[in-house]
Amino acid sequence: MTIKYILQKEFLQIFRSKAMIPIIFLMPLFQLLILANAATYEIKNISFCVVDYDYSNNSREFVSKFYATNYFLLSGYYTSVKEAEEELKTNKSRLIIHIPKDFEKDLLLNKNTKVQFLINAENANAAGLIMNYSMSIVQAFNKQIITETVNYNTSNLQSGIYITYSNWFNNLLNYKTYMVPGILVALVTLIGLFLSGMNIVKEKETGTIEQINVSPIKKYQFIIGKLLPFWIIALIELAFGIILGIIIFNVPLIGNPLLIFLVASVYLLLILGIGLFISTITETQQQAMFIAWFIMIIFLLLGGIFTPVENMPDWAQTIDIFNPIAHFSKMIRMIMLKGSGLRDIGESLMLIGLYAIVMLFLATIRYRKKT
Amino acid sequence: MKRFIGFVKKEFKHILRDYRTLLILFGMPVVQILLFGFAIKNEIKDSKIAILDRSKDYITEEITNKLLSSGYFLLYENLKSEDYIESEFRKGIVKEVIVFEEDFAKNLFGEGKSGIQIIADASDPNYANMLINYTSSIINDYLNTLHTGHNIQILINPEVKMIYNPEIKSVYMFIPGLMAVILLLVSSLMTSISITREKEFGTMEVLLVSPLKPLQIISGKVIPYVFIAFIDALIIIFMAKYVFAMPIEGSIILLILESVLFITTALTLGILISTISSSQQIAMMSALGGLMLPTILLSGYIFPIENMPYVLQLLSNLIPAKWFVIIVKAIMLKGLGFSYIWFETAVLVITNIVLFVISIARFKIRLE
Repeated sequence: MTIKYILQKEFLQIFRSKAMIPIIFLMPLFQLLILANAATYEIKNISFCVVDYDYSNNSREFVSKFYATNYFLLSGYYTSVKEAEEELKTNKSRLIIHIPKDFEKDLLLNKNTKVQFLINAENANAAGLIMNYSMSIVQAFNKQIITETVNYNTSNLQSGIYITYSNWFNNLLNYKTYMVPGILVALVTLIGLFLSGMNIVKEKETGTIEQINVSPIKKYQFIIGKLLPFWIIALIELAFGIILGIIIFNVPLIGNPLLIFLVASVYLLLILGIGLFISTITETQQQAMFIAWFIMIIFLLLGGIFTPVENMPDWAQTIDIFNPIAHFSKMIRMIMLKGSGLRDIGESLMLIGLYAIVMLFLATIRYRKKT
Repeated sequence: MKRFIGFVKKEFKHILRDYRTLLILFGMPVVQILLFGFAIKNEIKDSKIAILDRSKDYITEEITNKLLSSGYFLLYENLKSEDYIESEFRKGIVKEVIVFEEDFAKNLFGEGKSGIQIIADASDPNYANMLINYTSSIINDYLNTLHTGHNIQILINPEVKMIYNPEIKSVYMFIPGLMAVILLLVSSLMTSISITREKEFGTMEVLLVSPLKPLQIISGKVIPYVFIAFIDALIIIFMAKYVFAMPIEGSIILLILESVLFITTALTLGILISTISSSQQIAMMSALGGLMLPTILLSGYIFPIENMPYVLQLLSNLIPAKWFVIIVKAIMLKGLGFSYIWFETAVLVITNIVLFVISIARFKIRLE
């Protein structure tokens, strides 16, 4: 019964602040809409320029193979590499194709000819992709030339192994379906961790904690009363986010939605536990926020939301055992995108459950009814 | 002036007394850069795959060995039939399955062709794409060694040069962005909170009735954070150069001046946030929500801006970090001088002035 009153007080406090409601409910959803569109590794419309010392039919055809694809956009021809490099410096182009003199002559004589690709590698990911695209165009062009000029038999000989690909669960390699669950995890964590982290410390800072301390409220009642509102808010937000993701971004929901909420409710207990713990060891909201931010950024960067955990070195993967975001983003993606069941995610779920119990226990111990 | 100095001293004391926050303020850039530099990689390593070998002859064995000895792949298990693939993927450990058709070697030499199917778990499309690329290039390499007798002609020999980042290190791409994120956070978040804190406690009233002018109050609040952010900037530049051997091709003085410019932009943002929020919690949530994720994602330091929808490309122009990242890359990686980055600098200066004017106008000298 006492808990009910504490809950009432907490909810009143949250909803009385007119500025907080849009921040809690609208901002995350708004961010989801924007960020899911922004977070894409695919690269299209790569502007490139050409330095063509040959200027022959073949060289022009070679260049046309590039802008005939969706990936490349021709920004212009230059007479020297030096001039073209200005384009890289001013970010107008990402790639210079440098075709030597005698390009056509060498091709017709069946000699090797060298074409230089100068790629702006400031953004390492994009540079790698540009290289891959370019190389596959070069290969296709090579094949075409060989079949046109040389006899047809050789081309038969070289084809030995046929490789076919299939991309399961996401045929079109749509990056958004992968990012939406990830961004949702980040947003829900942000809300849960910061609101709970700053809550008790706020009472400390303004001195109202004294009033609670002298009241007959029990420790566990206090903690539950502080946790439950944020737990409910974060879950509602997650539900909204998932619905938005399905409607707007066509994110599939193959697995069981209830399983997602089971996982999420355990996960949120853990996050709120961490927030409460931070709250108990700090004195001011500023401190609490900063510690929360520090932890959050580490969790976020190592959690595999933006870059795959599989590529990280072993020590980082070991740290990730203690990283709630790594577990949750993995589980929510498995359930939504692949339809994994309780058996597939059982281990991770148990782990965060245990972790949640430990954190809540620590937070309750640290919270003393003394100042 | 003496009053003002006294006020600044008071602010410094506030900050220096709180050693925990101070530790984080200086430790944060170090930890983040180390994490980014050493943990976040974009190359595949020890990815767990499963193989379904229906043929089990010496060619499939050789290809398997080639794949496993590359260092990119680890064999997690041998599958018996296609029925197991889906459940394997659901467990989330195996990310790629390679299927060899029956009578692989026989078909290869008899009919001249045989088939391999690569099935990737594309729930992470980027990773799936990488896996398929790596696998097929290894198989193609193997095919070429098989065919050395026939000598396939390669006519166009592409020569790829990676400019500004020859070894394609991802650290070079992360550091400018990280610098923007950290400076923004320290400057705008900390100032907005420290100003709203005075409001929340009512001590703002004391400041307002004091002979200090509003401009002095604000600058007094801001100056200590300029110092802290500046030291953070130096730490990041130092670590970039000496831990990750990132070049500073251009003028380091220009780099530092531009960093100071960006710090002031972030500070004016912080002041603006503090004028519109009534409690620390609101200030914090709007600074975090409004600045952190958009800065990470829309400044173009991880995800290239030209691939975003047009509306977002327009929106990215409003993110000060975008311009700063361009400036830092231009100076550090490309070694360009001021003549190349005057436009970006001008954008930051104008942002600064606009934000400053708005926040001065909004700064209330009366309590509500």
